[in-house]
Amino acid sequence: MGMTTVEKILARATDRAQVFPGEVLEPRVDLAMSHENSALVINQFHEIFKGTGLEPKVWDPSKLAIIFDHRVPAESAKTATNQKKIRQFVREQGIQKFHDIRGDEGGICHQVLVESGYVLPGYVVVGTDSHTTTHGALGAFAFGIGATEMASVWTLGRILNVEVPATIKVILQGKIPPFVGAKDVILALIGKISAQGANFKVLEFHGDTIRRLPTSGRLTLCNMAIEAGATSGIIPPDEETWRYLRTECGITDRNIDLFPDPDATYAEVVELDVSTLTPMVAFPHAVDNVKSVEAAYGVAVDQIMIGSCTNGRLDDIEIAARILRGKKIARTVRLLVFPASYRIYHQALEKGYIKELLEAGAVIMNPGCGPCLGVHEGILGDGEVGLSTTNRNFKGRMGNPNAEVYLCSPAVAAASALTGVITDPRQLDLAGIESQP
Amino acid sequence: MAKVVFILGDDISTDHIYPGRFMATVLPNETPQYAFADYPLNKKLLQGQIPPQSILVAGENFGCGSSREQAVSALKGWELVVIAKSFARIFFQNAVNLGLKLVICPTIEAEEGDELEVTEKEVLNLSKGKRFPVVPIPAARQAIIEAGGLIAYTRQRLLAERKP
Ligand code: SF4
Repeated sequence: MGMTTVEKILARATDRAQVFPGEVLEPRVDLAMSHENSALVINQFHEIFKGTGLEPKVWDPSKLAIIFDHRVPAESAKTATNQKKIRQFVREQGIQKFHDIRGDEGGICHQVLVESGYVLPGYVVVGTDSHTTTHGALGAFAFGIGATEMASVWTLGRILNVEVPATIKVILQGKIPPFVGAKDVILALIGKISAQGANFKVLEFHGDTIRRLPTSGRLTLCNMAIEAGATSGIIPPDEETWRYLRTECGITDRNIDLFPDPDATYAEVVELDVSTLTPMVAFPHAVDNVKSVEAAYGVAVDQIMIGSCTNGRLDDIEIAARILRGKKIARTVRLLVFPASYRIYHQALEKGYIKELLEAGAVIMNPGCGPCLGVHEGILGDGEVGLSTTNRNFKGRMGNPNAEVYLCSPAVAAASALTGVITDPRQLDLAGIESQP
Repeated sequence: MAKVVFILGDDISTDHIYPGRFMATVLPNETPQYAFADYPLNKKLLQGQIPPQSILVAGENFGCGSSREQAVSALKGWELVVIAKSFARIFFQNAVNLGLKLVICPTIEAEEGDELEVTEKEVLNLSKGKRFPVVPIPAARQAIIEAGGLIAYTRQRLLAERKP
């Protein structure tokens, strides 16, 4: 019987010829990522060793990655103390894949992991962050877990009692129209299947749209697979995957076949023609409350955010800079831009995008999660409206339950910054602006 | 027999259960104070009005969103029981790992103040005189629950593999 991509990965991670959906396995983990919540993982890790007479040592320090991103630089004494504890643990255990708050190699965990070459096709990746699904863009089976489960992985190097998830095949067909992007595709898909449409399942992406989509856009798609409830999103690795790994990370091809077998079994097949897609907007307060941008025309916004693990990559910043070049944002809005990593920040500086954005009136923030999770910089005021390229708009997500958040692509965000109201980039006079980087 | 103290709709996220602004607080003995921090239930919990084993009843996809385990430890700290039509995967797994009592009951009907009795097979709504079937917790998770949570389960496995 044929296997899907994730089934092939799980078979490899358990030394089996075949695995079946619903089967319970204990796969080996290739990469275990955590961020500031490592503070809790460390606590639970020590609990496990309590009374055993064994020295608390992680199973393989080379397979742990710890990245500070959620609250950088620390917003409180509590966070600062947690970060201090984690640094000490990193030293004691000899963890090399550690990214502290630094201007040369820091950033959001999901960006740092991929651009550092820590994730390879066929890997089993777990992270104490729900958006670990992002790494499926490189052909890894990557999913979010809790802190206690991570402590268990640190101890044993395997993840216990995992059920092989069923897979939904998503076929995306057609050419994405100008000023429409991967974000609009995934918002449209979530709107179609709902916030729990893929609960406990994997979304495996196929179709000619995917084959043409660069890794940056693939990361955006897989990043938001969790917003449909999916355990993971995955794109079977192809030439583009290896191109990305070669040029970004200097990693050369490996001979690994992860394309699903022709007779693989799927729980469901979902098809989407993207050739007629419009820019999309998720209305407050649900990620699946998705409508075409026309439905949001004229909604006045107070703060616009471009960034996050969903849309803080170079091409996202590039499209925003192109739209804002030589213009000024409306006096009624604040535009916050936070590159997903310092590597991207450096690239955007070199290309001149940062200067263009600053001159238009944007505020450039340090790479990290920033306002995305509402603990730190950029919290909205009572009754304010935010427009954001992030991935969640639950009530209170951005730090204030009395504010509203709309989600959109970087192109919609930049166009709206010019007018102060939610705007379709295709309606602006964009003559001479390339729609696709 | 226990009382329903809180009724919630579909897609209640971990941001609702435990807002991000309290995420620097991680230890299970410190998180309960922020359970449902933006809802009136929080005040009632802090004032000691909610006895252990009280029930939250929710719709579909309870616990969606962020993987933050504080959302589970905060509810576990008050010894609450969550009955929902369905749960999001990470929250469900975290609850099994930490020993928070969850009941999957796809047809549940209840309102605040109702008295419920939960058995292995069904939820009895005594106030309404109705019964609703329960979906059993998958066997794979049962092993973790029986061991007393994932910490104890992992410790057993560790000792079996690495003799001290
Ligand atoms: S940018 Fe937002 S969604 Fe992404 S890892 Fe950070 S907090 Fe999570």
